[in-house]
Amino acid sequence: MTNHWVDIKNANLIVVMGGNAAEAHPVGFRWAIEAKTRNKAKLLVIDPRFTRTASVADFYAPIRTGTDITLLSGVIRYLLETGKYNKEYTLAYTNAALLVHPDFSFEDGLFSGYDADKRKYDKSTWAYQLDEKGMAKRDDTLSDPRCVINLLKQHVSRYTADVVANICGTPKEAFQAICEHLAETSAPDKTTSFLYALGWTQHSIGAQNIRTMAMIQLLLGNMGMAGGGINALRGHSNIQGLTDLGLLTTNLPGYMTMPSEKEPTLDSYLTKYTSKPLADGQMNYWQNYPKFFVSFMKSMWGDKATADNNWGYDLLPKWDKGYDVLQYFELMHQGKVNGYFCQGFNPVASFPNKNKIVESLSRLKFLVIMDPLTTETSTFWQNHGEQNDVKTADIKTEVFRLPTTCFAEEDGSIVNSGRWLQWHWKGAEGPGQALTDPQILAGIFLKLKAMYAKDGGTFPDAINSLSWAYGDPHEPKPEELAKELNGKALADLPDPKNPGQFLAKKGELLPGFALLQADGSTASGCWIFAGSWTQAGNQMARRDNSDPSGLGNTLGWAWAWPANRRILYNRASCKPDGTPWDKKRTLIKWNGEKWVGVDVPDFKADEPPGSAMGPFIMQAEGLGRLFALDKMAEGPFPEHYEPFETPLGTNPLHPKVISNPAARLFKGDKEQLGQHQQFPYAATTYRLTEHFHYWTKHARLNAIMQPEQFVEIGEELAREKGIAHGDLVKVSSKRGYIKAKAVVTKRIKALKVNGQLVHHVGVPIHWGFEGLTKKGFIANTLTPFVGDANTQTPEFKSFLVNVEKA
Amino acid sequence: MQVNRRQFFKLCAGGMAGSTIATLGLLPEKAMADVRSYKLMRASETRNTCPYCSVGCGILMYSLGDGAKNAKSEIFHIEGDPDHPVNRGALCPKGAGLVDFIHSPNRLKYPEVREAGSNEWKRLSWDEAFTRIAKHVKQDRDANFIEKNADGVTVNRWLSTGFLAASASSNEAGWLTHKFTRSLGMLAVDNQARV
Ligand code: SF4
Ligand code: SF4
Repeated sequence: MTNHWVDIKNANLIVVMGGNAAEAHPVGFRWAIEAKTRNKAKLLVIDPRFTRTASVADFYAPIRTGTDITLLSGVIRYLLETGKYNKEYTLAYTNAALLVHPDFSFEDGLFSGYDADKRKYDKSTWAYQLDEKGMAKRDDTLSDPRCVINLLKQHVSRYTADVVANICGTPKEAFQAICEHLAETSAPDKTTSFLYALGWTQHSIGAQNIRTMAMIQLLLGNMGMAGGGINALRGHSNIQGLTDLGLLTTNLPGYMTMPSEKEPTLDSYLTKYTSKPLADGQMNYWQNYPKFFVSFMKSMWGDKATADNNWGYDLLPKWDKGYDVLQYFELMHQGKVNGYFCQGFNPVASFPNKNKIVESLSRLKFLVIMDPLTTETSTFWQNHGEQNDVKTADIKTEVFRLPTTCFAEEDGSIVNSGRWLQWHWKGAEGPGQALTDPQILAGIFLKLKAMYAKDGGTFPDAINSLSWAYGDPHEPKPEELAKELNGKALADLPDPKNPGQFLAKKGELLPGFALLQADGSTASGCWIFAGSWTQAGNQMARRDNSDPSGLGNTLGWAWAWPANRRILYNRASCKPDGTPWDKKRTLIKWNGEKWVGVDVPDFKADEPPGSAMGPFIMQAEGLGRLFALDKMAEGPFPEHYEPFETPLGTNPLHPKVISNPAARLFKGDKEQLGQHQQFPYAATTYRLTEHFHYWTKHARLNAIMQPEQFVEIGEELAREKGIAHGDLVKVSSKRGYIKAKAVVTKRIKALKVNGQLVHHVGVPIHWGFEGLTKKGFIANTLTPFVGDANTQTPEFKSFLVNVEKA
Repeated sequence: MQVNRRQFFKLCAGGMAGSTIATLGLLPEKAMADVRSYKLMRASETRNTCPYCSVGCGILMYSLGDGAKNAKSEIFHIEGDPDHPVNRGALCPKGAGLVDFIHSPNRLKYPEVREAGSNEWKRLSWDEAFTRIAKHVKQDRDANFIEKNADGVTVNRWLSTGFLAASASSNEAGWLTHKFTRSLGMLAVDNQARV
């Protein structure tokens, strides 16, 4: 989230799309209800199903799964054609006026630079026109046809109300109402908050779903505003934190990138990632990349990272390609992987095409499970009849299952979707011989290190150089690790403004990332966490819930990255001249010397209003991007592509380019895609209020509340297929089948799309062959092994099935 | 005697019922007579965060056990933290069942191994587990570690073993996971955010 849970109460319009907060994030959703009751906000829900969120909405519109870009592009068209957008904000704070490369184009579903063989774009034309100094050219009169906003107008002109109705199945009047509601919040004193979750990310066009909405927020002037922003509700309690920490194949902590083999030297790496300005007078915060990177390396390797060895640059692995989970399970399936660790993660249940996952795990030499619970992944080798029909004796994988403590049995911090790092405390010992994750990692690591010391082996350098300065090497303490993440001064840091004074003395914990240095005099495991544990103590453990402004920015409660800031880009809550767009939502103001306010200013503290500096300080031009340059895989503007399994069998906009042309599809998986003639129904997976993923089936209360697997189908489809409420049905895709009870409901209606009727089938995910509920099938037996072109997040939310009475 | 909301919680032994009634704002005017020391009165209260969804609701965990060396404390009740600015004491049906997660009969208690082709779990000690895993790791890493690519560039990567990091483990565990995996040269590192 750019904003946070409590801030939702400040919105005038709440749009829930690609999520179902009332059921998946129930307590957070109370803040949407608070906005309705206290702020007279309207709640708008757009979803293939009439969800519990929809049931308390002011307005509900149905949509075919996988067509959100079409609807949202229709909204952009409406805003631009009626002129109902915040023009001052758009001109000053977005790249609307910047000029785009003369050779950039879009034709018949493809942008300029497509290479059909590689399924990749050459993105050299996805760029600005630059002047002699290398700065982006702009035309503030917006009369140049190459202005971003003019190209955008042209791009979205195809998304008329008729096209939206034809592709999405959303009635024209409903679409009109959505446009009008959103357009109202282009007023400077009105905001929209979009709440979304996995219903947007889990598509082959997931990242562009979100981008289209973000573009609307920029046009409406809602970014940086209390009650605005883009608000990813996020699926799990700490995927925010674990992503912040760079636990993704090509990431490093704090959204830095792992070096690749194309950057063989430290210089080439830093040159690539140290941002160069695209406009004069910008903060361009990524110009500090070397400070963040060198400080990270000092935390990793301690004294072993020196200027002479380029801070240990050779100790980090260099990638040739990303090894995201789809790529890696494909390699495992080909027999190219020998070992795998699963830490609190259940891929047999969580990944697409469960049968492929089980086959892949069967080809490993060893599998290590670290988990507090019995997972289907740990018992993938057991035969559970139809639900897991394997030949145990043929599976040669050695499986180690290591019991871990759970949240209640350890200290530590996790990050909620509002970016708050909240510290928690241990309340009891774990059961039996369970150990914490750090104890287990330390146990394996120290054994391994000793083996390398004794017997030698390949490249022990990185293992030997890893900093391991913990009081008890076998049990790194949460406090020690948290301080390492925050970072400290490794030498006295002189204050450039006051000679003779120091900003921090050697050994002191750093107050924030502003002090980080690129010369090895600071260490910080994750620069955006700098400030979380300072000389003043553990900031994440703070519990002052006072809210003096009434806007909900409880700055004394826990600690938010970055720098305890609660609303990102909050400089954009003021006009260029420094006055707030809306007095009631004053987040920061200029006091004549610096920016101050009820939130931590997201700007250069002493940069006066009216200067050239843009509010989006992480960007090289300081502006929000309506044109994404080369940052997205499939285009700088969003475009509608059908799901890889489409009930239409075509793309009504460009029949030659049906699905995302830049998405990666492995050969075997392509063969396992179904066609609409055989699998005519559009299916989507989701969660229920009573369950959390595949964990709560192990908790008795939750198992009692939702004991048995079911699928949801509409009344029309049920009639057509002769299925009665409560019948056992078989739902099959090209990849396998599940059997479950049918819930026949009015909440899912057939939609008229492109001259045909499309039925949706709803598949809740929570069952498996382990747990206290009745045994069930893994829902992901059905889902396809294809991901978003940028994130490789699988297309769980849009695929094809058939349904029959079992 | 007037009871405030907090004292009311302490008087209320029934787990879910207590939270729900209090959430609805039904606070009793008069308290029950104090005939014996109630379980919640003797309990230790520990603050934690719901580990399920990313709303991050604050919770209070109540445990018995006086903290003496040999006395094992046990959590018997969990409710929403009324001071928490987001959930203000409320929990959803997922969070309301948390105590049953802690005490699930399917909690793992001992390190175990399933040998190749076998149909059963076998217990082993932590030391045996660490040793066997470290041997596997070393053997595979030594055999398949890539020091230089075809162009002679130093790449120091190990691709034949991967690591799937968690979704609910703490940042501190996550940081150690990062150190562990990257120092071994692993690139097949991903977490739940991917899916
Ligand atoms: S319903 Fe309430 S009062 Fe009746 S037996 Fe159950 S717990 Fe007791
Ligand atoms: S109690 Fe419910 S809403 Fe709160 S964090 Fe837990 S799962 Fe999410």
